[in-house]
Amino acid sequence: MREVITQTWSWWFSGAMIAGIMFFLLYFGQSFGFSSNLRTICAAAGLGKKAKFFDFKWKTQIWNLVFLVGAIIGGFIAKQFLSTDLPVQISGDTISDLAKLGIAAPTSLQPAELFGLDAILSVKGFGILAMGGLMVGFGSRYAGGCTSGHAISGLSDLQVPSLIAVVGFFIGGLVMTFFILPLIF
Amino acid sequence: MKFLKFLILGIVFGIVMAKSEAISWFRIQEMFRFQAFHMYGIIGTAVILGVIGVALIKKFKIRDFHGNPISFYPKERSITRYLLGGTIFGLGWALSGACPGPMVVNIGYGFLTMTIVFLFAIIGTFLYGLLKDKLPH
Repeated sequence: MREVITQTWSWWFSGAMIAGIMFFLLYFGQSFGFSSNLRTICAAAGLGKKAKFFDFKWKTQIWNLVFLVGAIIGGFIAKQFLSTDLPVQISGDTISDLAKLGIAAPTSLQPAELFGLDAILSVKGFGILAMGGLMVGFGSRYAGGCTSGHAISGLSDLQVPSLIAVVGFFIGGLVMTFFILPLIF
Repeated sequence: MKFLKFLILGIVFGIVMAKSEAISWFRIQEMFRFQAFHMYGIIGTAVILGVIGVALIKKFKIRDFHGNPISFYPKERSITRYLLGGTIFGLGWALSGACPGPMVVNIGYGFLTMTIVFLFAIIGTFLYGLLKDKLPH
């Protein structure tokens, strides 16, 4: 029984749970969109004085910050109580493709080449994480949403703008994966 | 107490994202290389159930727990902002292996260096706010 919980959860169960979370948020009078929190954090930090975009009633968004805190706790619970620390079971094709970039087969959920302490203490390693975060933060607000807001909530409502955004996610993702990552690593 | 339900939903979200391995850089690479169904299965299942559920909410005019109608607001029509913004987002997603939700789940999971990614995502959002009026939308 315990293995059912500690092994990788199936895609269908996980997908259904995410849809369930979206419906609960709708039932509670809100909507599922995680990256709005980044804007809220800027507003709460008083950046509304620097840019009008952050001058709004951010306190109406506290529920989403609470959701964010919950997500951190959820990650902690998953690691401490629901995991066996087995490496992520990705496809052999991916392992051999990544080996060509000099990234070793998984030993946990994340590659030490990116998230290890040695990696981030180098200028290049720090730069990779900083650029990645910068583009996610900039792009999600420019596009008006991230994976939860566009790919899940927006597509569920059959919104064309969300479909265009998701096409953009893939254009960017494919360019990074096939053209830029080989230049970086 | 009114926030407790959002805390619980957040915890469930964090556990699901971690246990489905959607927070893993490796899984995102596998997805962008089209070498496994896993991530497409997660997002696809959520969207298919989402489409059915949203259609039912609209058809039966279901109300939220305050008694207000659950309404959906059409996003403003444009191509530029969604395509450009989405592409920049995708570049960052494939590089860091995390969109905003999974970033914080990773921090809770113990990958503390993901804090750098998250802090720079906040800075990226701030830069967008500064440049907003100069960008094509």
